[in-house]
Amino acid sequence: MKNKYTYLKGSMLAAFMFLFLGGCVNDLNTVPLDEDIQTEEKVLTGEEAYKQLLAKCYAGFIIGGQTAVDGEPDISSINGGFSSYLRLLWNHQELPTEEAICAWNDGNLRDLHDMDWNSSNEFVTAMYYRINLEITYCNNLIRLTKDQAEYEDYNIEARMLRALSYWHLLDMFRTGPFVTEDDPIGTFFFPEQATAQQLFDFIETELKAIEELLPAPMANEYGRTDQAVAWMVLAKLYLNAKVYTGAEKYTECITYCNKIISAGYSLEPNYAYLFLADNHLRTNEIIFPICADGESTQTWGGMTFIIHSSVGGAMPASESGIDGGWEGNRTTSAFVDKFSDISGNTDHRALIFSTGQTKEIADIFTFKQGYMIRKFRNITSTGAAGSNTSHPDTDFPLFRYADVLLMYAEAVLCGGTGGSASTALEYMNDLRERAYGNTNGNITSGQLTLDFILDERARELFWECHRRTDLIRFGKLTGNAYLWPWKGAQAAGASTDERFNVFPIPASDINANPNLQQIVSGY
Amino acid sequence: MILINLKTLLMLLGLMVSTISYAQEVSLSGSVTDSSTGEPLPGVTIVEKETTNGTITNFDGNYTIRISKGALIQFSYVGYRTIEQQVGESAVLNIALEEDLEQLDEVVVIGYGQVKKGDATGSVIAIGADDFNKGTTSSPQDLILGKVAGVQITTEGGAPGSSATIRIRGGSSMSASNDPLIVIDGMPVDNRSISGMSNMLTSINPADIETFTVLKDASATAIYGSRASNGVIMITTKKGKAGQDLKWNVDYQFTVGQIKKTIDVLNAEEFTALVQERAETHSSVDPTLLGTSATNWQDEIFQTSTGHDLNVGASGSVKNIPFRASFGYTDQEGILKTSDMKRYTGMLNLNPSFLDDHLKVNLGLKGMLIDNRFADKGAIGNALRFDPTKPVMDPDSKYDKYGGYYTWLMKSDGSRNVNATRNPVAQLEQRADESDVSRIIGDLQLNYKFHFLPELNATVKTGVDYSESDGTIITDPLASWTQAASVGIYREYSQEKRNELFDFYLNYQKDLPTIESNLDVMAGYEWQHFRIKSDAFEVDKDDKELENSKDDTENYLVSFFGRLNYSLMDKYLFTATIRKDGSSRFHKDNRWGTFPSLALAWRISEESFLKNSKALSNLKLRLGYGITGQQELNSGDYPYLGTYRLSDNRTQYQFGDKFYPLLRPNGYDASLEWEETTTYNIGLDFGFLEGRLSGSIEAYKRKTENLLNTVPVPAGTNFTDRLLTNVGDLENEGVELTLDAMVINKKDFTWQLGYNLAWNQNKVTKLTSYDDPAYKGVEVGGISGVGVGNYIQVHAIGHPIYTFYVYEQVYDLEGKPIEGVYVDRSGDGAITLDDKYYSKDPAADVTMGFSSNFTYKNFDLGFNGRISLGNYVYNNVIVGARYQELTVNQYLTNMPSEIKYSKFETAQQYSDYFLEDASFLRLDNATLGYTFNIGKDWMKLRCYATVQNVFVVTDYKGLDPEIQGGIDNDVYPRPRTFMLGVNFNF
Repeated sequence: MKNKYTYLKGSMLAAFMFLFLGGCVNDLNTVPLDEDIQTEEKVLTGEEAYKQLLAKCYAGFIIGGQTAVDGEPDISSINGGFSSYLRLLWNHQELPTEEAICAWNDGNLRDLHDMDWNSSNEFVTAMYYRINLEITYCNNLIRLTKDQAEYEDYNIEARMLRALSYWHLLDMFRTGPFVTEDDPIGTFFFPEQATAQQLFDFIETELKAIEELLPAPMANEYGRTDQAVAWMVLAKLYLNAKVYTGAEKYTECITYCNKIISAGYSLEPNYAYLFLADNHLRTNEIIFPICADGESTQTWGGMTFIIHSSVGGAMPASESGIDGGWEGNRTTSAFVDKFSDISGNTDHRALIFSTGQTKEIADIFTFKQGYMIRKFRNITSTGAAGSNTSHPDTDFPLFRYADVLLMYAEAVLCGGTGGSASTALEYMNDLRERAYGNTNGNITSGQLTLDFILDERARELFWECHRRTDLIRFGKLTGNAYLWPWKGAQAAGASTDERFNVFPIPASDINANPNLQQIVSGY
Repeated sequence: MILINLKTLLMLLGLMVSTISYAQEVSLSGSVTDSSTGEPLPGVTIVEKETTNGTITNFDGNYTIRISKGALIQFSYVGYRTIEQQVGESAVLNIALEEDLEQLDEVVVIGYGQVKKGDATGSVIAIGADDFNKGTTSSPQDLILGKVAGVQITTEGGAPGSSATIRIRGGSSMSASNDPLIVIDGMPVDNRSISGMSNMLTSINPADIETFTVLKDASATAIYGSRASNGVIMITTKKGKAGQDLKWNVDYQFTVGQIKKTIDVLNAEEFTALVQERAETHSSVDPTLLGTSATNWQDEIFQTSTGHDLNVGASGSVKNIPFRASFGYTDQEGILKTSDMKRYTGMLNLNPSFLDDHLKVNLGLKGMLIDNRFADKGAIGNALRFDPTKPVMDPDSKYDKYGGYYTWLMKSDGSRNVNATRNPVAQLEQRADESDVSRIIGDLQLNYKFHFLPELNATVKTGVDYSESDGTIITDPLASWTQAASVGIYREYSQEKRNELFDFYLNYQKDLPTIESNLDVMAGYEWQHFRIKSDAFEVDKDDKELENSKDDTENYLVSFFGRLNYSLMDKYLFTATIRKDGSSRFHKDNRWGTFPSLALAWRISEESFLKNSKALSNLKLRLGYGITGQQELNSGDYPYLGTYRLSDNRTQYQFGDKFYPLLRPNGYDASLEWEETTTYNIGLDFGFLEGRLSGSIEAYKRKTENLLNTVPVPAGTNFTDRLLTNVGDLENEGVELTLDAMVINKKDFTWQLGYNLAWNQNKVTKLTSYDDPAYKGVEVGGISGVGVGNYIQVHAIGHPIYTFYVYEQVYDLEGKPIEGVYVDRSGDGAITLDDKYYSKDPAADVTMGFSSNFTYKNFDLGFNGRISLGNYVYNNVIVGARYQELTVNQYLTNMPSEIKYSKFETAQQYSDYFLEDASFLRLDNATLGYTFNIGKDWMKLRCYATVQNVFVVTDYKGLDPEIQGGIDNDVYPRPRTFMLGVNFNF
């Protein structure tokens, strides 16, 4: 009797345990419950999701994270707002030059202007990872849309953006890990290091491969890439080819400048309008914008940073369409002196604000020293304020037509064929006439020299993320060929080591990836 | 059907067993008293050995039992030595029990069971209610502050109910959690914080706690497997006893809290003089910004706080159902204006037995309601920085739009200066940050002793821990800082946390007298589910939605575990445990972890050559080894899973004239696995002079492997730049000493002293997947006051975690720091990053706790305190003191008077000048009480006065040397609290 019951009880218990425990062990297979966090199988179900992935690839150039403002950051080594691609790009292209200097004592930020950064600099590290993360986002979308005819456009555009980021990697670091859509993600594998030549070749091959697949210039939706963007990156790649690989490619540069010139772009008559809250209307000149929006694209980096950081002192914030300045960036006297008249009455590009400021800088950290720049504003061309006084509506003109004309002229002067000196002069005077509002600023063929072009690029393109590249091409960023205040951490300016033409691979990636090594000695 | 039949059968079986033993009985009665005081002892357990026949003494210490002649009868009572006696001819047997100072027979809870203190093989420290720190406030952790060697408790600050960081033996992780596992009445609870409540432990009323048991070494903790790497703290609440008369306990306290000292900053006069003097030589300093008031901003934000605390408890037995019920009410103001906490707690424990004690039921319900108001702690730092020449309120109409509070305005257009320091009083008064939190912990435990096999026990436990938080943060729309776009003025949030537990275990206990052995085997299964749902909603002053988010996340733990206790001749003890844990936080290939432990103990004092020694009453050697795990990764519930996150409506991108949300692939490490800690422990417990002096000494070494570290990923291989992964090794080693002495033990006069000491050192031994001598470590320890992105500490190989990484300051002949001049440690002639050195770390090398309890007749006097040696603090408060800060962005900034000494012009934040030895001696608590005898024995009234945080002796120049993490930055000051209380038992 007892045995029977024991047996019965035992077997029941066993059955119960088996079912119950088995079920409970299966509980361990969890999937996210949050509607906003989903696995790939669940989320990638159609057109909408793929377009959102594409939107991330574009937004990767400006926003730091996934929730307002820069929350759930993409990069964790630096604060979300600081990690904005555009903010970092601006800091790296402008702070090491005479165009900008910052009053903030944030970590090792001042090393960018002092030109004494090292491989542990957190801003350099963030720039490097931001570029590589952008490449990874693009690789993922390229992988997901491979051989899917309905998403071919997205596939091509992701390749375009990837080439753009690889060009930034080439331009700033001259090397880097090389990964494509065929490499695994989510494991600790070690990508091979690409040389400058390999990066150059990859960008060139890719852009030539997708050039014909992209929409015609100005034919895509606003904010998205088209053929002109590919041509622009190719033109810049060729213009700087000697710096990157040692081989001159001025003729190829002219070829691609010509393609853009014949695509129908024109100079916007009012220079200042290119940098206002309604500059999305300037598609006649702006070839590729990075889009900002006061309500829908909020970040503490991007345009929020560029505009707020440059407002302060006696400059009323309201005139810039914002609620207050952050008193960081202003310029050095070396840049101011590029203009003979800083009032803006002669050359309208002199958007300089000097009231209450000293021209020279005795103390980097005193914002009142150094003239302010008031180029970008969150005010429309009709004088209305942007939609939000913290976050501007103003888009960033990453590439614009005026730059194409300058590149054309420079390539011609450097001996490229396919263009002519007379056309170059004509283009330069187009720019001067727009700047002056008349022909008073026009130059003669004798005045059209490479040095003139370098200065003219400063006057035309200042604070638009070109200056570092330009100075390197002319051999003037490092060394003592050209000194400006606080270059080399000296008030009068001092010579700097040649290695600062290239940013170091961050120590963190050298450490993480044994395939990488510094390509420049001294880092 | 079958189940019902089974039940009937079992009951019948039970009845048969219990009716067998009624033969040749006598009625025996008597009283049980305390041998030293002569007072009657209620609740003493009296059993006839080898049977289930038994009773307990009533309130007057009397008992009656029917018992067979010649039987062996045993009298036992917690805290007293058990006495066994043969029943003779006499019908009366009076017994005087002797207090057991060592309490080796006392039962201590361990994971999934209990063990006699004398039989414990691991490092298990139990602190009972009698030994708790007296006269403490609302937070349970205060009860054992300084009581246990190697357990460090640091409150975050002096806010009511503020959180406390508990570290047992230094912590075994870097980026994963270092919090011990908290087990409340057998239920492991979730350590993650509850929204709207700063300290998870405050949901337990300290007055309801019977014991704290701290499991320190792996042989004791490994039964909790994957959550035990940082030790286990088990809290047992008070319960009623069978047959006990109704007892009431009423306790009321009134407290007054005051700030002990404030930071010395420049006063209005000094500040004005400084600004005017500097303006002569520095164009950036603008003296026209000065005002004419004289405001001490710290006085404006702090207050004298008062508090009340009322606890009512009742315990007894109704219709044979023992119960304890209690109610508690706490109302505690903070010393920072506008901070306040009100708490209501209720508890009910029922523990009836059925089927002739074969089925024991334990039902526990704990409920808690907290109403918090949090003050904006940013006001503390801003009170140091705000210009003292400005008034709190300014009648000028231009401040009307900011509610009349003085606000920095721009000279250019009179608009608000967005960069300027906020008015600290406005920060407090124009913001109401309130939360309501309710929490219920319910558990039901059934323990069945098999009728046909009484050695076998089955325990089933189910429990739910449920909390609900609702909070609102309402900011006055006039508050200056809300004038900016996209700044919230109304925020509401809620959170629902639900943890469920089910466990089942079988326990087989058998005496094997033929081989003088005792066997205790346990095997079980546990299932736990944790779910957190939360949402938040926020709008700005234009009613624009800033946030509307919902989160929902869960994880499961499934475990199988077992333990074998074997004791031979009561002298040689052996324990082995094993646990297999499955966690939903890992990929299914890495999901299961196995955590074994082994322990040996030798009760040397039971050996014949020592057994009769009066001098040496206890000597036990313990050896333990075990492996524990870690799955509280601080990295969400799905760190191994590739997921996509959709952005919110303010984080979109424009294509054409439409905005699209962003879909982001998140970074992940598919091969993430357990962090594993191996612990070796050796301990010696001793007792002299029948326990008048007792204690233990222990040494341990812990090695954590597969240490989780957030490391840079190889760029291009993941959707992030840094990722949590298993790469490092960390070692902890230490020595602990505990001493307890009953110096005087007379009827009217007792004096008890306690002392403990712990030395712990940790060292990172590996941090990256391969060796790189150039690797400086992981930067941690963000500092403020000098822009963003500045870190002062590193986790570096060969050094303790959180080591300060700084430049060595050079001083002039007078001992003053020379600004910007550091020791060129690399010798390359320039000061570069290579000149930074690994300096001290914030963890104390040695910590000590001491306590004294003194009773004379009806008076009692006690105090307890702590000593901490070698803990370093980075004084971030004075880092902001530099002349350069005086005028930035068109407003003035005040600074600590320290500036008069350092005279720093610019930020020197990486200088070791700011690093100070913050060793301290703190008297936490001193209390004096008097107990009134009101005629009856069963009625007692005790009145007491207590001072908390009595004094601190330290060389540290900041407010308080006790800083969790070692970076002193605007910490909510701990008040000195005066308390008057009355405790009434009847």
